[in-house]
Formats: sequence, C-alpha cells, structure tokens
Amino acid sequence: MSTILFFAEHRDSELRKTVAELASVAAQLAGKTGGEACGIMVGPGSSELAPQLGKFGISRVITINADHLAAYSTTAYARAVTNLISSRQPRVLLFTASSTGRDLAPAVAGLNRTCVYTDCTRIDLEDSDLILQRPVFAGKALLDIRDTASLAIVSLRPNSFPVREQDTTPVIEAFDSGISTADVQVKVTGFAPLAAARPELTEADIIVSGGRGMGGPDKFATIEALADTLEAAVGASRAVVDAGWRPHADQVGQTGKTVSPKLYIACGISGAIQHLAGMSSSKVIVAINKDPEAPIFKVATYGIVGDLFEVVPELDKELKKLL
Amino acid sequence: MKIVVLIKQVPDTETKIRIAGDGKHIEETSVTYVINPYDEFAIEAALQLVEKHGGEVTLLSLGSTDSLAPLRTGLAMGADKAILLKVADFRFLDSFSVASHLAGELQKHSWDLILSGKKAVDTDAEQVGSLVAMLLGIPVITSIKNLTLDGSQVTCQRDVEGGTETVTCQLPALLTCDKGLGEPRYPNLKGIMMAKKKPLDEVDLGSGGVSSSITALVYPPQKPGGRIIGEGAAAAAECARLLREEAKVI
Repeated sequence: MSTILFFAEHRDSELRKTVAELASVAAQLAGKTGGEACGIMVGPGSSELAPQLGKFGISRVITINADHLAAYSTTAYARAVTNLISSRQPRVLLFTASSTGRDLAPAVAGLNRTCVYTDCTRIDLEDSDLILQRPVFAGKALLDIRDTASLAIVSLRPNSFPVREQDTTPVIEAFDSGISTADVQVKVTGFAPLAAARPELTEADIIVSGGRGMGGPDKFATIEALADTLEAAVGASRAVVDAGWRPHADQVGQTGKTVSPKLYIACGISGAIQHLAGMSSSKVIVAINKDPEAPIFKVATYGIVGDLFEVVPELDKELKKLL
Repeated sequence: MKIVVLIKQVPDTETKIRIAGDGKHIEETSVTYVINPYDEFAIEAALQLVEKHGGEVTLLSLGSTDSLAPLRTGLAMGADKAILLKVADFRFLDSFSVASHLAGELQKHSWDLILSGKKAVDTDAEQVGSLVAMLLGIPVITSIKNLTLDGSQVTCQRDVEGGTETVTCQLPALLTCDKGLGEPRYPNLKGIMMAKKKPLDEVDLGSGGVSSSITALVYPPQKPGGRIIGEGAAAAAECARLLREEAKVI
C-alpha cells in the first residue's frame, strides 16, 4: 500500500493544464498498490481549487498555505513539501516537468538526499518497484530505470500521459507547512507576460514552427495565421532565434524547449539533429520545405515539398473548411 | 569576488549516439567531446562578472581524465584555476552522488557565487546545481537568462510559462544558466598559451559507475516517417484531410 503524492500547480485561480494528466497518473499508480493518491496544493486559492482534483479520481488533497508561501519561492516550497514527505512517507512524489517542476523537484530531492528522475515519458509500479523511462542525449536514447528505494521523486514530461476522468469528492486536508519567513530565500519581484495570448509551447496540443526558410521576422505572419486557425503555439528553430527573428522562449530544440504536441507543423525547417531532439516526441509531424532532401522529411508523418508561402496559406484555407 | 563554475564534459550535440555492448553505456569511440553548452554560458557569465567587479573564477568538474580538455578550454577562455574530481565512469553516475562530491569539494574553498549550466545535454537530468545548493544550504535560482549584481544582491531573469520572471536573492548563492547570458567567448591564442600555466588540480575519487537504478540504455522506437504526400499548394487539401481522417489530430 503506497502513498503517491503529486504536486498540483495552479496560477490565477486555475489548475495548470498538465495537472489533469499528473493526477491521472497518480490515481493509476495508487490503484495498483491499493494506496492513496494525494494532491499537494500550496499557496492561496488551494482549498478553493482542490475539489477539482476529484474529477481525476483523487480522494485526498493536502493544502499547505501560509502568508510566506503566497508566492512561489524554491527553498520555502521545497522545505514545506519535505515536511509533508516526512509526515506521509510517500513511495512516489510526482511533478510535471514544467518550469516550476524543473525548479522545485531537484530542490526537494536535495533536501531528501536523493535525485529526481527528470522528464519521464513512462511510469509504472510493479509491487514496490518503480519502473520509469526517460529520454537522454536529447531523446537520441532512452534510459530504462527500476527504482527500489523507499522514496522516488519523479517529474513527468508534459503532454505525454492520458487523462482519465473518474468522479470523486476528495477529502481536503490542511497541512502546517512548518515554514517561516527565514525560509523564503529567493523572491520573485516581477513578472512580464508574453505579448501573444497563445498556448505555452510545452503544453500546446498543436505547434506551428518556422525555420530559416521563413526568410525574415515579418514573414512569420504567414504561420501565425495558420496558428490562429488551429489555436496553436508558434515555435522557432535555433537558426531563427540566433538571427534575432524570434525570441529564445520560442526555440524548440536541444538548447531550447522540448515539446510533445499532438501535431507539429514544421515550415521551412531543415531538421537538424538538435531541432529534432526538441520535437521528435510529437505524435504527428507535418513538414513543409522546398528541399526534398531536407532531413525533416525522414521523420515527418506527412511531408509536402513546396514553397511554404504557397502551401501554408492554402493549408490554412483547407483546415478552416474542416474546423 | 570568488566565483566557482561547475562544468561537465559531454558529447557534442552532433554526435550520433551508439549504445555499447553492455547496454548501459554509449560507444565512446569517435565521439567529439566539448564543454556542456549550458556550462559555457555559466563560464561567460562568470568572466563578465569578474571583469566588472574584480575577482577570480575557478572551474570545478567531476569527470574522467577526458574532462581535462574542457577544463583547459575554460582556463583559455579566462578562468583562473581549475579542479578536476576524477571519477572513472562518471557520465551516468547518479546525480545526487555527483552533487555530493562537488559539494564536498566546494566546502573546502571560499566563494561568493557558484554558477553552473542549467542541465547537461547528455543526461538531461537538470538537477546537479540545485542538489549542490541544497547540500550547501544556499539559495538557488535556476535557468537564468541574465543577471546583475548589486553588492551582495543578485537579480536574475528567467523564462517561465507565459512570460519572464525577475528573481532576487542574497549571496552566497548558486545560479544555473540558460541561453541569454552572452555568447561564450572563443579562447584566443594568448589565452590558450596562458592556460598552460594556470593551476589545474586533480583529485582522485576512484571509480564511479552507472547509477544502480539504470537497467538499460535503449534506442527510441523508430517512428514511421518519410511519407511525402504531394507537392506545392495542391497537396494542402490532402494534408488537411489526412490530419482529420487518418491522424485524427484536428
């Protein structure tokens, strides 16, 4: 009987999109052991949002709230979660490999003298052995892992696990963080939101991406129109970011973001190894490129050889008919 | 000020990865090794800080004797000294063991700031910097894209979902570096010559080994690809149809 804890992120009075799959995974693992899947929610608004986790079969949500936990701060949150770990002795603590997850999971691991299994794409429990798989060398290889320790801290790659809905009403329990203002060592003093209201690349279901073939910054309007039709995020190759046409936050690839959308449309992208590293776990890849020898065509589910400035507007038109 | 930069030797990102016969290591022959790209941003940030505020930069790496080359490159870029913690089989040593060794060495020296790359591009584990900070009991800010120092206050910016955060903490601290801190400088000939005289200490930690929880290193499943469905704008209608009816993604 193992306790599975998962860290449910929320912002602006909403659960983050990836909480659905995280909760689903936690519920499934707990089901295998006859144990309990408990959501952890920290900060103001936790108790109001906690009932929503019942949609994914979660029977308990532990809320941790205190004035000095109002804003995310690595060490303070890590210590609060560590105090909870001491109290509940979970077998597994799950995070999404989001910005917060990539920051918080290692801090919790350090305080618990263990490591994180980062950005996992597979997870299962066999009795008390935790079976995982995670990409390495930017996805050119996978590590198979069997963890037999008493505590495993895991972050899951976003958009990689199915959501399972099963209605329950969770017990909501408040936990005393045991944290004081002295634990708040890092302070967020500002936040500048991105201009465009598009889905976050790492969470997006559909991404339209532009490479050097776009020819210049103002030419991105062509793929932005397609992205609007599909309610997609817009990505960029490293060449385009290095040329200053698009910000680094848009870069998909080994030194940019790793994405796993349902659909990735690569426009004027040749398909360098480092770019593929960032998007190869896309379920469906469409490639549009003038050069029939472009490496991207080898990984594309559907390839179109042609001028993207002719193909993309036509594709936009055809998709609008269907949507 | 005294800055320590944690660096790792990794295979170049162009490398075609081949799995060795034991199923847990990569074939090391004909692999080109480089400084982990994110660590280069950390070295550059450190050099810019001491250019502005004065001080010295020490490089610290856990690796094998192959890691001497990236340390020499870092010295040639302008770092003042380097320390190699030698471990025979270090690439997939578990991250907490790596961090413990690094923290143990760091405790023997005085420093104001520790920088590292946000992650190593071989393991993609993205945690050693944070683990070291927790072991040393100092604040950590991860994935920074710029930083300014005002006395003992550090202010950084980092990209998160939906925007950019400004984050501050007090020194001593550990910061992990993302792209954006400045193009890493190329070592020039003078730098390369001077590097030969700079202190490079080696500490033997013995054998390492692949983390005990790793059961295998495998190739990802081959995805079917390579299907060209048409040419030019004329292919658009078929593409839309396939996305709806076959792939069912829209």
